[in-house]
Amino acid sequence: MLKKKIEISNLRVGYGNEQALKGISLDVYENEILAIIGPAQSGKTTLLKVINRTVEFIPGVQVEGSVKIDGQDVLDVKNVYELRRKIGMVFPLPIGLPLSIYDNVAFAPRAAGVYDSTKLDELVERCLKQAALWEEVKDRLSSLGTRLSGGQQQRLTIARALSHQPEILCLDEFSIAVDPVTTMRIEDVLRELRSQVTIILVTNLVQQARRLADRTAFLFNGELIEIDSNDVIFSNSPTNRVTYDYVMGNFG
Amino acid sequence: MKGQVVATNESNPASLGANPGLSSTPGYGSRDLFTETPFVRKKKRTEYLVEAIFFLMTLLMVVPLIFIVCYLFYRAAPALSIDFLFSAPTSGMRGGGIWPALLGTLYLVILSLLVSAPIGVLAAVYLNEYARDNWLTRIINLAVVNLAGVPSIVHALFGVGAFVLFARMGRSILAASLTLAIMTLPVIIAATKEALSAVPMAFREACWNVGASRWQTIRGIVLPNSISGILTGIILQVSRAAGETAPIMFTGAVFYKAISEGDIFAYGLFDQCMALSMHLFTISTQVPNVPEAIPYATAVVLLGTVLLVNMLAIVFRVYLRSRKKW
Repeated sequence: MLKKKIEISNLRVGYGNEQALKGISLDVYENEILAIIGPAQSGKTTLLKVINRTVEFIPGVQVEGSVKIDGQDVLDVKNVYELRRKIGMVFPLPIGLPLSIYDNVAFAPRAAGVYDSTKLDELVERCLKQAALWEEVKDRLSSLGTRLSGGQQQRLTIARALSHQPEILCLDEFSIAVDPVTTMRIEDVLRELRSQVTIILVTNLVQQARRLADRTAFLFNGELIEIDSNDVIFSNSPTNRVTYDYVMGNFG
Repeated sequence: MKGQVVATNESNPASLGANPGLSSTPGYGSRDLFTETPFVRKKKRTEYLVEAIFFLMTLLMVVPLIFIVCYLFYRAAPALSIDFLFSAPTSGMRGGGIWPALLGTLYLVILSLLVSAPIGVLAAVYLNEYARDNWLTRIINLAVVNLAGVPSIVHALFGVGAFVLFARMGRSILAASLTLAIMTLPVIIAATKEALSAVPMAFREACWNVGASRWQTIRGIVLPNSISGILTGIILQVSRAAGETAPIMFTGAVFYKAISEGDIFAYGLFDQCMALSMHLFTISTQVPNVPEAIPYATAVVLLGTVLLVNMLAIVFRVYLRSRKKW
């Protein structure tokens, strides 16, 4: 039996009158890649934001239900900073902080109180290597992170997300601003990482979910339509007809 | 809808012109690239006209400014000298220099900035980065904007009531600079908030996502990238604090005050002082038979003081902006 890393049960999130998530229950197992697919406005990003509790920065948000990481409910967590360090987040558009490449990666450890320069050097090198960026930037670590190309910045963002040694890595449509070759490189990186971290991959590319994930969840209009192993979801007979239509691209 | 798509895909150019969807739209006409239709001519004419108007307006702004400065220097030339700067007025303001007024203005401006800049910037950081959007913060924001538009004479009356009388500071440099500080605060807050909100939200979110607190985010990312805008707001208030007469004339500035010439520590906090703006006002309206060059020279010095302070801040700002990183 696989160990459950995240247990989400009956999660409801509302922004004012709008319900973004309408009672979702799903489990994420340790060291798996779970893909979440679904059209826009289906609540994928909201789900990620609940997991690391950045959802509370949105004014007027109401969250009900429970999200447990290792058996502890994140909604009761008192030290959100530590919670967020457990989770690496990568968002659709690469956001290089206006700092040097080195400082971009060292930002999170420093925020957590690590100032020892040998430790930081080691950490920065390891994260950049993990994100497949080290070879390209090792000679110019002090130049600006924002001057890198889009694909490099996205890998820098991944390196930053890894810099606080997360147990869970959430990627929200990371390939949207990245060329196909870089996307493939990042996907290879993710495959390597899965031995160390649990990965949640929100994606608009059905094929990417098929290539990478162990299991895939299909969200639609804030509801979980189906979650199952890729063999079932991408077969000719998933449990739900809507899933089949979406995966096959003859939706609506 | 479908028919239209098919028509534009056809290779025959005639069918493009015949496309009912486009050619029936006013202004589009035919797709011929090499004839100027009346519409295109009109478009170009408008373009020239608009550019000319904008250029003219810029000229209208710059030319009088240059003229004023040149005229001031021309009229002030007979009186201007290093001695004029560092000596006190003599023979009932009709001769001598302006040292007490120059020093007084520097005292007032610097003291008021020491008070208003930290309070204003920190308050703006709170309002922009921490405060939740509720009725209270909305009222505060509205109040800040409205206070920025209050005439300086009203601030002067407040200064008299609050500092001179209630806080028993008397008419003093302290009371006058606090009044100036109150006057400049709302604008500094507004400008700082503007500069802070120009930093993209995505930067903050990225920091929060890796477990940084709000303060770590502000210190590491938000302030370094908005400091040049914040300084611009402060610079503008330097000029305003140096130029205003109304807030200081009831709270601390006097017609004449004898101090030792050339001594930069001549004033104490609770002394009354002279100030350039007030001095200029009195010698040009209250004192008869002042040699013409002296008021003009005083104006040049006031202008020069403001420019000098601005220049320092601008150099600092350029330096900071060169390090801006996105």
